[in-house]
Amino acid sequence: MPSLAGLFFWMNEKLENIKKLKVSNSLKLDCGKTIKNFPLAYETYGKLNSNKDNAILVFHALTGDQFVAGTNPITNKNGWWVTAVGPGKAIDTNKYFVICANVIGGCMGSLGPRNINPETNQPYGLDFPVITIKDMVRAQESLLEHLGIKKLLCATGGSMGGMQLLQFCSTFPDKTFSAIPIACSTSHSAQNIALNELARQSIMADPVWDNGKYFLKNVQPKNGLAVARMVGHISYLSEKGMQEKFGRKLQEKADYEFSFNADFQVESYLRHQGYAFVERFDANSILYITRAMDYFDLSKQFKGGLTEAFKGQRTKFLVISFSSDWLYTTKNNKDIVIALNAAGANVSYSEIVTDKGHDSFLLDELNFLKTLKGFIDSMYEKFKNEK
Amino acid sequence: MKNEFKVIANLLSENTRVLDVGCGDGSLMSLLEKEKGIEVRGLEIDQTNVQKCIHKGLSVIQGNAETELHQFPDRSFDYVILSQTLQAFYDPSKVMNELLRIGKSVIVSIPNFGFWKVRLKLLLFGKMPVTKTLPNTWYNTPNLHMCTIKDLFIFCDEKSIKIKKVIGINEDKTSYIKKSNLEIKNLFSKVGIFLIG
Repeated sequence: MPSLAGLFFWMNEKLENIKKLKVSNSLKLDCGKTIKNFPLAYETYGKLNSNKDNAILVFHALTGDQFVAGTNPITNKNGWWVTAVGPGKAIDTNKYFVICANVIGGCMGSLGPRNINPETNQPYGLDFPVITIKDMVRAQESLLEHLGIKKLLCATGGSMGGMQLLQFCSTFPDKTFSAIPIACSTSHSAQNIALNELARQSIMADPVWDNGKYFLKNVQPKNGLAVARMVGHISYLSEKGMQEKFGRKLQEKADYEFSFNADFQVESYLRHQGYAFVERFDANSILYITRAMDYFDLSKQFKGGLTEAFKGQRTKFLVISFSSDWLYTTKNNKDIVIALNAAGANVSYSEIVTDKGHDSFLLDELNFLKTLKGFIDSMYEKFKNEK
Repeated sequence: MKNEFKVIANLLSENTRVLDVGCGDGSLMSLLEKEKGIEVRGLEIDQTNVQKCIHKGLSVIQGNAETELHQFPDRSFDYVILSQTLQAFYDPSKVMNELLRIGKSVIVSIPNFGFWKVRLKLLLFGKMPVTKTLPNTWYNTPNLHMCTIKDLFIFCDEKSIKIKKVIGINEDKTSYIKKSNLEIKNLFSKVGIFLIG
């Protein structure tokens, strides 16, 4: 394995070769600052047909990126949503043109805290402006323009991807024929914010983090970042799912070691997930993206009325939740349905019964994938007929 | 296609907004959408049925009508349909109030416990009747509040709910029911369909 510093260099090299749109329009961010001429990294799968009516936009979650399907060329691992997207999959890339962009604030090629600040000629670090979900979404609008798509067949996303989607539908009400928000919420609860704060504090408590200036030494606060990832992983699983997967099983040993090594399988799992993560993600990006999630409050943008956010929607919605998801609960998702109903929007809703928690949307969850496929295929027929 | 669904479809005017409560696999919704151009939404408790509706391109919300009708705004639909489910709720009266709040009109159908075969079975054998329309035994039936067409007439009267039309179904035969022929129709209808509100 290359050293961490070497690894970053190697990753940056690879990032040179991915699809990037130089967004020339200036974008005034919610915080008041303006960005312009910034890179937006993206990937596409399948082919856009001549009618341009088979495009599906996917918004990624906190630690996701634009590499939805196939093999991620940077990590050489599977794309984060291979269970759902690909040839013959629920979102069939033989039939549909799938687009996904890396969010701004991220670290997979779009403008983020690791990019060079033209004013200092050094990476931004904490000089990067605090961004919001709305900023992320507005930054992606120019990509649709660039690809020549007036109206998407469908837009979808789980978790923070779902938040982006709700914002997208609210800000650009005529840009998509249908929408599938999955396991998300219109605002973070105190518990959601608390968990994100735990992730941020663990990064900031790592002395290597050095107020976000670790890049000067070409290092990464990997201990803090790994703990941040562990917090995330706990919140993505349900209690029952975790109990069934790990229980009190010991990690390749017959009895306790009477030490603080990873005796339990669950400890070993968390450590593995945590330290694998530091190889592909930037610590400052976690700070910025979790902040964007915490600030997200769709009803606040409309003076407390969520119904207002969806007023006049002609998009056909399918909201999906998972019964054992305690991060973005069935109730959170039902509140979206209620607001859409109150706004007179066309909405379907399904709660998938599963023990697998918030992570379910990334897994091979048959009923979920069937529902996804059924909705998209039927929407495609309707969209074609409408045109 | 169930005769009941045809009768319900005939009660509806075109280009209206309809909510089908307990929409099952969406058969009635498909019929209304295709043949009448009606904008129809469904509420259904069972995940498999919800999936079937979604595959058909129908708009359906997974949920329990007993507890989740509150999410629909007042008078947000021209018609609310409740097909053969009223008797299965813990509190049919409360559900009925919700239906009347959401819909400008409400169509409720019930399996008629006053049908002569049902009455005869109870009279002759002294056991809870099991028929084609009521296929379950007393201990596993979802029907907590069985009633007759006459009962529902009285219910509407007592609650001052306006009865616009009542139709009785016996196999392929349908007939209008009024107070004047209520006794006889209550004896010979398997299913009663009420247009109220």
